[in-house]
Amino acid sequence: MNFIDTPEFAEQRRAFLRHTGLSLAALGASGPLQVLAQNSNTLTIAYNVSLPSWDPTVGPSAVNPTIQALYKAVLSQYIDQNADLSLKPDLLTKWGWNADRSKISMTVRKNAKWHDGTKVTAEDVAWSLIRAGDPKTGNPIQFVWGKVTNVKAEGDTVTADVKEFEPAFFKWMAFLTGYVLPKAYFEKVGKEGFEKKPVGSGPYMVEEFVAGSHMKLKAFADYFGGKPAFETVIVKFVTDPSARIAEIESGRSDMTMEIPFEEYDRLKAKGFGGTNAPVTDIGMIFLTSLEPMLDVRVRKALAMSINKKALTEKLLKGAAQPIDTLQAPSYAAYDASTKVPYDVAKATELMKQAGFTKENPLRFKVQTTRGFKPKDFEVMQAVVGMWKNIGVEAELEVYEIAKHYELRAQQKLAPAAFYNWGNAIGDPSTSTGFAMFTHSPHSAWKTKDVDDLIGPLWGEKDEAKRIAGYKKVDKYIAENACVIPLFQYNQTVVFRKGLSAAPHGAGFVLPQTVKKA
Amino acid sequence: MPAGSVADNCGRTGFLLVRRTMNPLVYLKRVLIAIPTLLGVGVVVFVLMRVVPGDPIAMMIAPGASPQDIQNMRAMYGLDKSIAQQFVIWLSEVLQGRFGTSITFRQDVLTLIGERLPATLELGGVAMLLAVLLGGAAGLWSAARDGGWVSNLIDALVAVIQSIPDFLWGLMLMLLFGVLLPWLPISGRLDPGLSQQAGTGFLLIDSLIHGRAELVKSLLLYMLAPALSLALPVAAMLARVLKASMQEAMSSDYVMLARLKGMSTRHVLLVEALPNAVTPTLSLSAVQFAFILGGTVLIERLFSYPGIGSLAIDAVIGRDLPLIQAIVLTFALLFIAINIAVDVLVVFLNPRLRGSANT
Repeated sequence: MNFIDTPEFAEQRRAFLRHTGLSLAALGASGPLQVLAQNSNTLTIAYNVSLPSWDPTVGPSAVNPTIQALYKAVLSQYIDQNADLSLKPDLLTKWGWNADRSKISMTVRKNAKWHDGTKVTAEDVAWSLIRAGDPKTGNPIQFVWGKVTNVKAEGDTVTADVKEFEPAFFKWMAFLTGYVLPKAYFEKVGKEGFEKKPVGSGPYMVEEFVAGSHMKLKAFADYFGGKPAFETVIVKFVTDPSARIAEIESGRSDMTMEIPFEEYDRLKAKGFGGTNAPVTDIGMIFLTSLEPMLDVRVRKALAMSINKKALTEKLLKGAAQPIDTLQAPSYAAYDASTKVPYDVAKATELMKQAGFTKENPLRFKVQTTRGFKPKDFEVMQAVVGMWKNIGVEAELEVYEIAKHYELRAQQKLAPAAFYNWGNAIGDPSTSTGFAMFTHSPHSAWKTKDVDDLIGPLWGEKDEAKRIAGYKKVDKYIAENACVIPLFQYNQTVVFRKGLSAAPHGAGFVLPQTVKKA
Repeated sequence: MPAGSVADNCGRTGFLLVRRTMNPLVYLKRVLIAIPTLLGVGVVVFVLMRVVPGDPIAMMIAPGASPQDIQNMRAMYGLDKSIAQQFVIWLSEVLQGRFGTSITFRQDVLTLIGERLPATLELGGVAMLLAVLLGGAAGLWSAARDGGWVSNLIDALVAVIQSIPDFLWGLMLMLLFGVLLPWLPISGRLDPGLSQQAGTGFLLIDSLIHGRAELVKSLLLYMLAPALSLALPVAAMLARVLKASMQEAMSSDYVMLARLKGMSTRHVLLVEALPNAVTPTLSLSAVQFAFILGGTVLIERLFSYPGIGSLAIDAVIGRDLPLIQAIVLTFALLFIAINIAVDVLVVFLNPRLRGSANT
């Protein structure tokens, strides 16, 4: 790992900028500097990640939620999402199952065009769906798309037979890899050609793409959703938070995101616009179903001794909301009545019953990333401190996120490990389902009791029953502390005066939704 | 002997240079030694990347993927075989000039490196030029005013500059010239409004050749802050070495004689002392170029400069094994080439070493 990506470096540079006077710089930079990027027809965004590949259906890009907003600016999806996570038409205007859930039918928009001027057809949609379901293409979400077969296009309708019922199938169409690509163009230019000159049917066309540097987008006049507010969008890939702050503060960019909460407050106080709203990303502590976590008293004590209110208000400066289950309030199976109390006395008593006290503490390892998510390490430091009060001496180990994935896939995580779980579609199967079911490669808690509750819900055809079932699972998990949900994250977006940008619940910073105030 | 063409003369000059500096066989031997070195680097990086935690497939696994899906994906990227088998496959491909496809970027890794390397070489070149100019000027000036307050001030500044690492210079320059005095761009390589039509990827060189002043100006402006960040610590080091060499030269008999002859201070400094004092500084400069290239990894990331350094970080974060391997080999090749060039240069500049270099 390079030093620049280490938490120590991130800390040093943040502290450096804070103490050596980015604030001072800001004083000097207010006013005239903010006009640098203010060309009325051009929107410049300092984006926090770089776009590695233009094919949104293969490779690591396909499962990286952070870059989906960039894809969505150029490529259309089957189905789109409103800011409240509800579904809305994109290239499909209608979709649904037949009565016995054995077939699906989708109606393709008639007025959509590709950026090369050709018409978007049902054939494009069918081809995209077949390609996504083909294991040979390497689509990581193939396990969803492969659940339909015999995909056919006729007129403006696409139909398919259901091989295995997937309740969230249409929600996935608004999520990872759910993009429609141009069949004729893709077959003509091939994978490499598409990477060099991507063609979509979204609100913006790619005019220039310089990997690792920036991309320049031009508004697509024939976009079915109407022309966006800005004729040109320049997306600069600025992965360093200090550089993003400098970009917005110097006026070289009109908008940026994912900056430290303290910096957000400072910029807001200086007159920049901004949003700091909850998104579909939660902080949680995975418990691994191994000793000492097999003792329910220990698990419950750990969960009850964490003061989430203090974590979110003091450490995260209010930019997160405490949660008690893996469902955030905007998710389909959120149940406000399921609560995990904060009760140190009860937690201490439970630990005592389990045979542990401050004098004879329980010792285990806790893993966390540092700098991968805002204040991740600090949060876990605080949690370890809170656990100390009930007779737990936890050893905090910092690791890279890549190691977390590997250990989790091998069921080798420490007894407790911090992680953030994104769920842009807000479906319970993509949170509780995959995080807690034994056969999911992403679960750390693998026990029969939880599996027995989740198992039947995978193919549940009655949506109301399915959602109610997940609420029941979440209640059981909360009562037995099989995982420790901590909080729902907020996302910070800062923009210059004269702009308005409504937050999106899934955290998408979409250039097409930015308006001139 | 009749006068030959310019090309003939150039060829003859080159040949004479090699003969003067080193026996061509010795040079060839150095190149041949580079092959096992590169192979060794290849083995180390290949094994290391597969032993350290961070499975690239684990990073791509979707939540609902079955063990068979995971196995299929592992097989697709050739990671289902033993490390030894993977190495043999990789090596045989590399020997045929195929370094594989990037897992993250979905492109041929050589193409990717070919696109990014020129940007880094240009940045490194400009940084080196700045380091030589700044370090040379500071060293000379300090030597010329040796013992005076100017010399002491320069020495103090050099000590401070040298003690601050390049990434910290990057942050300070970003703060100073990006925010406080917004004179320089702080991210990217070129104004997004300007077209990047260049045949080779060496945008600066291409623009200079084709006389595209607007492009040259933009490229230099974008390059200045990152190049300065890389150059300043190196410049300080060069200044110290040059000053020390100059002090030694200034106390020599031939300089004394020149002074006695009544030659001006400027003449004594630049004509008598400098040519003799410059050798260690120049050889150090060449070595420092390798360090500057290494420093681009941090600085390119900070300034969102799309070079091979920034690409290296993306590759490591994404556990992009084929790309990491190719980048490490590229850096190794660059360092070996620079070292050979340094050896040639040192021998060329120091006649006393010619005998030993030929053995």
